[in-house]
Order: sequence, then structure tokens, then C-alpha cells
Amino acid sequence: MSAPAPPMLSAAARARAGRLGLRPGRPNLDVFAETLEELARTDPNLVALTSDSRGSGKLGPFGQALPGQLLEVGIAEQNLVGIAAGLAACGKKPFAVSPSCFLTARALEQIKNDVCYSDVPVVLVGISAGVSYGALGSTHHSLHDLAALRAIPNLTLLVPADNFETREAIRAAARARHPVFVRFGKAPMYDLHPPGTRFEVGRALRLREGRDVAFVATGETVVHALLAAALLEEEGIDARVISMHTIKPLDTEMVLEAGRECRAVVTVEEHSVHGGLGEACAAVLMQAGVRTPFRIVGIPDEETVTGAQADIFRHYGISMEGLAGTARELLGTGRPTRAAVEE
Amino acid sequence: MSSGRVDTRDWELELKGIELRRRLLEVIHQAGAGHTGGGLSCLDILIVLYHRILNVSPETVEDPGRDRYVQSKGHSVEALYCVLADRGFFPWSDLETLCRYRSPYVGHPTRHVRGIEMNTGALGHGLSICVGMAWAGQRDRATYRVFTLLGDGELAEGSVWEAAMAAAHYQLDNLIAIVDHNGLQITGPTRQVMSPEPLEDKWRAFGWTVRRVNGHDYVRLTEVLRQPPEHGRPTVVIADTVKGKGISFMEGVARWHHGVPNAEELARARAELDEAERRLRAERALLARGVLTA
Repeated sequence: MSAPAPPMLSAAARARAGRLGLRPGRPNLDVFAETLEELARTDPNLVALTSDSRGSGKLGPFGQALPGQLLEVGIAEQNLVGIAAGLAACGKKPFAVSPSCFLTARALEQIKNDVCYSDVPVVLVGISAGVSYGALGSTHHSLHDLAALRAIPNLTLLVPADNFETREAIRAAARARHPVFVRFGKAPMYDLHPPGTRFEVGRALRLREGRDVAFVATGETVVHALLAAALLEEEGIDARVISMHTIKPLDTEMVLEAGRECRAVVTVEEHSVHGGLGEACAAVLMQAGVRTPFRIVGIPDEETVTGAQADIFRHYGISMEGLAGTARELLGTGRPTRAAVEE
Repeated sequence: MSSGRVDTRDWELELKGIELRRRLLEVIHQAGAGHTGGGLSCLDILIVLYHRILNVSPETVEDPGRDRYVQSKGHSVEALYCVLADRGFFPWSDLETLCRYRSPYVGHPTRHVRGIEMNTGALGHGLSICVGMAWAGQRDRATYRVFTLLGDGELAEGSVWEAAMAAAHYQLDNLIAIVDHNGLQITGPTRQVMSPEPLEDKWRAFGWTVRRVNGHDYVRLTEVLRQPPEHGRPTVVIADTVKGKGISFMEGVARWHHGVPNAEELARARAELDEAERRLRAERALLARGVLTA
């Protein structure tokens, strides 16, 4: 039994989303499953692997439509990833689909060695990532996955924000000749991008221009950053919003531009504050000598509070209100950068 | 490789076994690193695989139809390097760089070396990889077979049994796992460290066909590895071996797991191998003249 999920956005945030013309979309999970099936119909070498996770991965219809292209391994994530590596070495295009908490912890050694060290084109799909299974407790949270996987060479890390980014990420992963990890959740997402947007791995997407503060956000937190930017606009604060859908290779140019052109940078992620997007951006800025006031918003290093994803986001300030507050605080105490002074 | 009736003795491989033991010890001595004991225990299995079983050669190493071999017990890589060099996958001189700065000849297998299919070295990974390869082969109606070599100590890794379960579930009769059953691991006797026994029963219970063979008997190994599988069942060949096989002072001594022979030990080992070769050639000559009977 599960209680009805609380709304992702507060009433004020929902109203603002409406005024911005953001349309409610579907869960990224559904878009993933649908896209994978489309791709599999034209590529007989595409194989979806599940670890008793076809229901959680919404791959029931895939399995019915293309039974020869779905490989069930049972509750055995290490085997899931090892088998995927063997398939890839023999010309298949495997998508290993499993909750990110298990996939990236239980099978980390298989990811590191069998997939990434052998450098075979496996796609690792971490479903119900972050705190999508928030109420189930830390066993089911994956707040370590980006940190663990960032340290492994040969692996591209994709964290799509909305349905468009998810579709494009899955298509890009299917074309990739090297390992890819994609993670997303299961709550419905707002559509963030105008039609005609071009998605490219490693090139972040700028959703909003601004020069006071830059929100560099990833995955299912991006909508909150966008709404915070709209809220701040009313206060005369001009906020830039970047959807950093590729964590690795990181779009360092976009990060440096944000650091040089804005008076403050706030990173936002559904991940531990250790080792994720925030620290990646901090490293880029520091090593380039860009000393912009900077804040990492994510899940702090503590036993994570439980509840629905929306509850946990709110608790840790990943919300329109929370992010706007962080930006105000940072701008209030931050000094202008040299670039801003020179202007 | 060659097919047809297997003789009571395989002189060619017996001589090869002596020659490659010499090479193996030299390579490890020169590099100052290596897994001597396990290399000597699985060397004969590798010789049989690459000379009598696998349809892979330097010319067909990219052929989609080639047999696949994944060395799950990756630490015995020096033995594999020697067998591959001997089969012409790369020149012997390459092995002078073993474990040296930026050499592709690392202390565990990598795909940077011609003839090696997958990077291994952490134990408990090879069988899952082979399940994937065998599943792909069946689905593509390919005729290739997939082989892996596991250590008996390695069988304590739980992932081996995840893969064993899946191989039987998917009826992968194109998959052959060989267990290098030398009974020793780094700490001591495998039965004391973490017993894999009853070994045959375990594999049978997981749905595998179990075959057992002396892992140093070229003729029997060849026969067993050529035997067609039982329909719909993966095969495990439990090869009873001796760690350090062929060198008296290394046989059955756990210290040689990754012990490196010094110059004096190498000389003693060489002398033993020279003597073994002399006896073998004499025996063959006597048999050929009908003085002895096989």
C-alpha cells in the first residue's frame, strides 16, 4: 500500500508553472520504455535486460511485443551487468535496466571492469533514481551513483530533466559505441524545452538567460530551478537556468560562462552533495581561477529523511521557494566577480 | 583445430607443455611478478584449448564466428600470454615488457592484447560475461562455443552462482566452464579457506552437466572438451590439477600462488624441465621402436 503521492510542486509553484506555460508531461520512465521499444523494433540487436525489474522499468509491453529481445536475469544485478557486457562483446546493444540503487552499488565492480574497463557499449539504465523510492528508505535511494560512476573512465553519465531530454538521451545511448549510464525517476515531469531544441551529449541546455545568479541543475531538479528563476525575476533578480543533462563529459564551457558572467552559481542535484554535479562544477571553476560565490544544493551527508520524492526535495530546499532563498542568500553575501566589476 | 581420433599420447602437446613451462617461468622471472602456481596448474588446459579445441587463430581473431574464451581466473594471465605467443597472436619478444610501464601485457588480461576477449582479473566475473556471449550466440544461431576458466577458490564468489543459475535457465549448451581444481588458494587449501565441496553436486544441482578429468592429461582433456554437450545444458569440466605442476618444489605449495622464482630457483626448474623433456623424448623413441607399449 502506498499513500497518494504529494504534488511535486507547491500551489504557488504550480501556478507559476502555469503562467510560464510549462505543460505537465509524463514520467521520464514511461518515455524511456516507449523510446526503447521504438528503437528495438528497428534494431534486432537491441536487448533489454531486467533483474526482475520489467514492471518497475515499465517494460512489460516491450517484453510482450519483443520477447526475443528481453532478457530476464532474476534478482541478480551483478549477473545483469556481466551478461550485458558479454552481449555487447558479441555485437548486441544491451540496455541493463534496474533500480539505480542496486545497479550502481551491487554491480559496481561489474560496471567498472566488465563494462567500462573492457569498454563495451552497454547502456546502464538506473531507474527510480535519486529519492524516487523516497519512502522506502536509504536502501532504495541512489544518492551515491553519480559520485561512484564519475570516478570510472569510459563512461558517459546522462541525467535527463524532462521527457524530451529522456527520449534524446536514450536515443543517444543507443547510438553510443562506449558505455553510457542514464538515470531518471518515475514522477511526471513538466516539459521544459521549446520545440526544435537540439540535444547533444556533453552540451548543456540553457533554459533561461540571466546574469545575477546561475542555477546549474540536473535531472528532476531542473524544473524547480526554472520556477525559482521566474520567482526571482519579480524581485529584480535575473537568474540563468542551465539543464546539465550530461554529468560526464561535463560541459565545462557552460559552467565557466556561468561562473564568469553571473554574480553567483547555485548547483542543484538529486544526489549527495559529495561527488556529484556540484563538486564537478566547483572543480571546474576553482581550477580556472573563477571565484564566484557558489553553493551546492543536494542531499546533505546525513541519514536521508524519508517520504515521497517531493517531500524530500522540499525538506532539503530543492523547490522553487528553497532555491530562490539560496540564491538571495548567496547574492546578499556574495561579492561581485571581477568580470562583473569590469563591465 | 585438428580433429579425428585422439591417440593414447599427445606427444606434441606433452612437449609443448614442457617448453611453455620453461617460457612461463622465464617470463615471470624476468618481469619479477606473476602468478606462478596457478599458471602452472592451468597451463595444460590452455594448451589443449588453443591447440585442440578453440576455432580461433591469429587470422580469425576478429571473426564473429570464432569460439570465445574468457579467462575468469585472470591472475593466471602469464600462462595465457605464453600460449597466445606460442600460437602466433603476438611475438614472444612482446612479453619482455610484461608488467612494465605502459605495457599492454598487464598482470591481468585486457583487450589491448591480441587474442584476449575481455578484461578480467576481479574474480567471479567471467561466467556472467560468458552467459551473455552464449545467449547472443544462441539468439544469432551462431555455431561458436564459449569457454571460461574458473579457479576453485573463485567459486566462493556469489556472482559465479548467479551466472550458473542463468546459464541453466537459458539452456546454454554452447557454454563450457572449466574449473582449475588445484585445491589451493592464496591463504592455503581451498577446503580449509572456504570449501567448495561437494563440487560436482553443486554444479549438478544448478542444472549443469558435470564432467571430471585430470587437468594435466592432454588426451583426456581433449576428449572431454570435444564431447558434445547434453542438449539444453551447459557443461562444467572439473579439471583436477596440481598448483605448481611440473616443478617439484612448487607443486602443491601455496607460497607459489604469486611467488616469483629467483635465478637459482629458475635454474633448478629449468634443469627439471630439461630432464623431463629428455625422458619424454626417450620414451617416445622406445614406443616408436616397439620396445615399450602405451
